[in-house]
Amino acid sequence: MIEFTLWDILRNLLLAARWTVLLSLAAFVGGALVGLVVLFLRISTNKWIKRIASGYIALFQGTPLLMQLFLMFFGLPMLGLRIEPWTAATLGLTFFASAYLAEIWRSGVDALPRGQWDAGASLGLHYLQELRLIILPQAFAITRAPTVGFLVQLIKSTALTSIIGFEELVRTSNAINNATFEPFTVYGLVALIFFVMCFPLTQYARRLERVSAH
Amino acid sequence: MGYSLDFGWLAGAAGAIARGAAMTLLLIVVTTLAGTFLSILGAAGRRNGPKPLKLAIGWYVEVMRNTPFLVQLFFIFFGLPSLGIRLDPILAAMLAMTLNMAAYTIEIVGAGLDAVPRGQTEAALALGLRPRQVFIKIVLPQALKVIYPALTSQIVIMMLESAVVSQIAVRELTYEADMLQARTFRAFETYLVVTVVYLGLSMGLRRLLVSGGRRALGAGVS
Repeated sequence: MIEFTLWDILRNLLLAARWTVLLSLAAFVGGALVGLVVLFLRISTNKWIKRIASGYIALFQGTPLLMQLFLMFFGLPMLGLRIEPWTAATLGLTFFASAYLAEIWRSGVDALPRGQWDAGASLGLHYLQELRLIILPQAFAITRAPTVGFLVQLIKSTALTSIIGFEELVRTSNAINNATFEPFTVYGLVALIFFVMCFPLTQYARRLERVSAH
Repeated sequence: MGYSLDFGWLAGAAGAIARGAAMTLLLIVVTTLAGTFLSILGAAGRRNGPKPLKLAIGWYVEVMRNTPFLVQLFFIFFGLPSLGIRLDPILAAMLAMTLNMAAYTIEIVGAGLDAVPRGQTEAALALGLRPRQVFIKIVLPQALKVIYPALTSQIVIMMLESAVVSQIAVRELTYEADMLQARTFRAFETYLVVTVVYLGLSMGLRRLLVSGGRRALGAGVS
């Protein structure tokens, strides 16, 4: 029987944590891009487009992320796409993030006084210019705290991709636990690694909140 | 592509799906009651307790909010037995869900307590109520009214997150879906149906909580 030292366990967990970080970043960037599109649809003046975007957001916020990942993992191969845990995880989390980010930013757009749009129009800007130069910069600025808060939620959500077989921190920890039979240590360390990643961001979000409250 | 969707298995599976949904609802009912109770104690302790207790509650909230629920669940179910605490899956799931939810609702309840004007407490004390009576009869009802919408959202979020407890073999909705797809080889259709069931549950639960809250608290709940 091979002996595992605490350092062996920690080293392997830290190596696996790279994938957790990478997946979080990929999903956040992808989610921001798709979320921007959803945001445009959501604040459209067309009633039907607006309704479709609301439905998209409600769908992702009203079903478990685990189900979304399963549907991605089992559904995409039916469309003829060869899919692996990595792609299913990234795509699943990207769409999940897009719905939440669009909703957060929408609240920012809604919070701006109507006069901002009117002022833009009176300066002769057209719709897209108004959005790009006046509305979105302000909407992003006032929603910075919830956006960072959502990043924390996204990092924690990557844990679920272990269930569809993506080899990140939690899946690696399951394998290590099966080899070492030390669940208390292994899952304790996993929790600690997640905490180290998330806690600074939580504090940052809190500071942003305090600043914007003044 | 030769693949076509097939829902022929659904008639024979309705019972299993209903059983799973019932277990999911049971989990969330227990979690809501226990979690809310715990968070009232936690929020009150964080405001009025001795310093070590305040610190402990603060750290508890931070640790739970900054680690994934799945890891908390594994820690409780697989990790605690090495301390001699062995829980069966349903109990472990309820404990993990309650502890997780309490971390979020402690902050929510706390915000509600802060929102009740200080004058309410002073007036009640002046009328001769004891401090505990003041808290239970005067401050808490007003606080709950303020935070009810936030509490409702948190309960729905927790219900959706409970899908994860299938991983320790609690026979709830997701677990039944896993079993069904293994039997029918219709994974996509099975998860599609169960996702729709979850959507119905979350919309129904929200509506129930909103109308129930309006009746019980008279709160301006939306």
